[in-house]
Amino acid sequence: MDRCEDRLSVPGSTFDVMTQQGVRWTADQVLALAPDVSSRKAGSKLGASGPWSEAGSSDEGTVWGLCKGSGSKPYQTVVDIADATGPAYKCSCPSRKFPCKHALGLLLLWAGGDGAVPRGEAPGWAEEWLTGRRKRAEEKRAAGPAGSPSGDPEAARRRAERRAERITAGATELEQRLADLLRGGLATAEQAGYGLWEETAARMVDAQAPGLAARVRELGAIPASGPGWPVRLLEECALLHLLDRGWLRRDELPDGLAATVRSRIGVPGSAEGPPVRDHWLVLAQYETADARLTTRRIWLHGAESGRTALLLSYGAAGRAPELALPVGLAFEAEVSAYPGAGQLRAALGERFTPPAPTEVRPPGTTTTCAAERYGEALRADPWLDSFPVTLDRVMPVPVGGSWQLADADTDLALPLAPSAVAHPGLWRLVALSGGGPVTVFGECGHRGFTPLTAWPEGVVGQAVPLC
Amino acid sequence: MNGSRAVTPMGSAAASAWEELVTAALLGTERRTPPGCPPGRQAPVTLLDAAAVETVRRRAGLRPAPAAARLEPAAADPRPPLPPAAARRLALLLADRPGTPGGSGRRGTAPDLMELLPQWLAAANAHGFAAPPQVLPALLDAARGRTDLRPAALAFAGPRALWLARLNPDWRFALRSTPGGGAALPGAEETERIQQLWQEGLFAERVSLLAAIRAREPAAARELLETTWATERAEDRLMFLDSLRMGLRAEDEPFLERALADRSRNVRATAAELLSALPDSALAARMAVRAGACVALDHANSAEAGGGTRGEAVLVVEAPHECDAGMERDGVVAKAPAGRGERSWWLGQLVEAAPLGSWSGRLGGRTPEKIVALPVADDWQGELHAAWCRAAVRQRNADWSRALLGAPSTPEAGGPGAVSLAERAKLLATLDSAERAAWVAGFIATHGLSEAFQLLGVCAVPWAPPLGRAVVDALNIARDAGSYPWSFSGVMGLAERCLDPSEADRLDGLLAIPDEGEDASPGAGSYWAEAFQRLVGTLRLRAAMAEELRN
Repeated sequence: MDRCEDRLSVPGSTFDVMTQQGVRWTADQVLALAPDVSSRKAGSKLGASGPWSEAGSSDEGTVWGLCKGSGSKPYQTVVDIADATGPAYKCSCPSRKFPCKHALGLLLLWAGGDGAVPRGEAPGWAEEWLTGRRKRAEEKRAAGPAGSPSGDPEAARRRAERRAERITAGATELEQRLADLLRGGLATAEQAGYGLWEETAARMVDAQAPGLAARVRELGAIPASGPGWPVRLLEECALLHLLDRGWLRRDELPDGLAATVRSRIGVPGSAEGPPVRDHWLVLAQYETADARLTTRRIWLHGAESGRTALLLSYGAAGRAPELALPVGLAFEAEVSAYPGAGQLRAALGERFTPPAPTEVRPPGTTTTCAAERYGEALRADPWLDSFPVTLDRVMPVPVGGSWQLADADTDLALPLAPSAVAHPGLWRLVALSGGGPVTVFGECGHRGFTPLTAWPEGVVGQAVPLC
Repeated sequence: MNGSRAVTPMGSAAASAWEELVTAALLGTERRTPPGCPPGRQAPVTLLDAAAVETVRRRAGLRPAPAAARLEPAAADPRPPLPPAAARRLALLLADRPGTPGGSGRRGTAPDLMELLPQWLAAANAHGFAAPPQVLPALLDAARGRTDLRPAALAFAGPRALWLARLNPDWRFALRSTPGGGAALPGAEETERIQQLWQEGLFAERVSLLAAIRAREPAAARELLETTWATERAEDRLMFLDSLRMGLRAEDEPFLERALADRSRNVRATAAELLSALPDSALAARMAVRAGACVALDHANSAEAGGGTRGEAVLVVEAPHECDAGMERDGVVAKAPAGRGERSWWLGQLVEAAPLGSWSGRLGGRTPEKIVALPVADDWQGELHAAWCRAAVRQRNADWSRALLGAPSTPEAGGPGAVSLAERAKLLATLDSAERAAWVAGFIATHGLSEAFQLLGVCAVPWAPPLGRAVVDALNIARDAGSYPWSFSGVMGLAERCLDPSEADRLDGLLAIPDEGEDASPGAGSYWAEAFQRLVGTLRLRAAMAEELRN
């Protein structure tokens, strides 16, 4: 097997740009903060100087302004983009959207950079809020990470034991249901429909195994997912069975794999890994939503460590998750890994700089190596659907009704995942490529490749979000 | 696994083992025992164990597939890239597309970004910048929804947009709107390719080819058309003939004269219309004779007819009594529409097609102003002046347009006189932009804004200073009169897009909420303040947009 070395797109990458404080974001980056489409639209309408007065910004990454609304008193809007826990917003409007359209509009005005938001001293009302925030953050930092809520370790252990017992009961029940299904044949699943699976999923929720519940719910959708469903259903049943067995025999597993099983089952863990301080490039940010929860996934690339990390952030249905990072910018921060072999999930710790433009790009590889990496990653986590990779010098190519990403320099290609073919981001990728090679970051898995962000070939060019 | 997936390099033995597992799972272990499994209670578990191993093995073994045929790269765009600030602005304008849900019905104080896109595109095209490739999908989607955006959007989008449009059926319109479907049209010297495309191309391709050649070399386009004229279908002949309208010249006359004998009535009518736009054509001369026979000066009867002083001339109209074969051949439609007398119908067509330059000689050397001022006997004035208006528009005659428009401050200019607002707008379009703006400014100063919308629409953007001031003054008067601003929303919207951005400072005084007068509509003052804030905000935004493109 040939070694899959990363090809560095930007040799000797430097961080000069990181020192430019107050570098303005792009409109796309600002609009990515919007909690929903209507806020996005309302915010872009306010991104003009018309309704704004006394707007200004400071080198420390604070933007403020007064926005004329329907009432007599203008709304006071202030945004702190340098805050260590993500952009923070404060607005005197009654909206429950977060950030509200005024905060988005103000940031757009600032991003537009046409002199409507000059450098200056923050007015009293903005300064008051800022000092309050920073003081609280300071206190929190001083208090240290040892903020474990329940002091009694014995009680915590007993709770964990009780939970493990319930999960074991759930996993055993699920094994029984899978065996019944296979005994009668998957063909019966087509007739049974959704109800059976919904009920089983509810049992798994009761068993405090949300990971099992989510997988069971997905099984329910497979029989209606088009040709080839028996293969997909057998695959997912088999992996669910594997997870059940993994839990039931977790004591016999190596520590790393056991932690992976716990995390896949949905037992909450905490990011105990040592904090890694690095310049983190935001590779991609996208949301998936179901009726209950919006999940935001943010991929980071550590410019010095070379690590790839996944940040997850949740919002209740219809609300945007709080953590938002603009794609293509980089910031210096500490990141700690969650436990589990092959797990890329991490928690964002202290941030030292606000996100700023950068010339760093993730090192890329070929389609062959991308497929190989996914295979390797399955060794540590067989339940992995995909693995993050950056493809260097690839071009989108239509094939039948679908698309591939083809190596510019070989005759090989990865098919795009069906969901990616239907996504409008595909056309941004095709447009950016124009038939020539581009660099593409995405998730490579058994369904195909899902492109998330692309960079133009050669000279410095901005990251183009595709998701 | 289906064909679009990556290739799994399994031996056929492994592949068939997996097939066996899937078959057993589908039928159930009660009916089918998978290979290597003992039947019985443990069979489902053994099957799942084997399937789990196979699933992970299959996934881990995925390898890239052979690449399909690469796309031909898009043609290079030699234009310089947009300045970064302008690129950000474009992203914002495109983010405000209609159809994006959300946003309230009331307009508020924020500018209507989508309405600024046409201007932005025109300015970017004037500077000759290239579009950032990643915005092309949004740009094409915007142009798909708004046909008026298409020419500027496609010009800005450049060659890569056409390359994209060939890959996505949603954007086919871009190929239709661009000559030659985006494929390079044959150059002037490539006679063979031109002949081939003209003989074998699709109708749309042929129309584009003809238009492109007409723009380059008008005579060559006509000659190309003549080579196949006799064999074209009637509706195609009509479209091809229509493309000669561009660059129409005296040399086209013999061909158009022949087309007057065409089998299709519509083709004949179009040929006649084109010929009448050539004042020196034989058809125009024939029409001049016919029309001249219908309109005469009468000095003797003037006292009785018009009641004016003795010696003042009067125009007497004698409409034709029949529509003879010669008139029909020259494009006069014999059958009048329902409700119109056929004699006045024929008269209108004759006067419309007669060269305006011929009237002066026929009417005692009078200027157009003098002719238009002549009283007309027996209620023929409306019919005669309307026909002259149509002639002035068709022949693009500024002298006659000016005479027919009259002074903008005359009372009848505001009312429904002989010349309707739509006709006035068409007449204005034949004047140069400064004169147009001055006339409309004068009109607004006298008659206010309620009738001005259509006239403002034909004025050049940005509005000339006198016109801009007239509009702002009129808006100010309307506000003071106490009406609501949405009665003027059409003009307001135009002002946002067309007023010179440098006027923004002069508007600052209007931003405050005025004290409510006694007869004012309740709350109107604050709505006006809001409308003016949006106007000023939009003007500032336009100034910023222009500045970003200059850098």
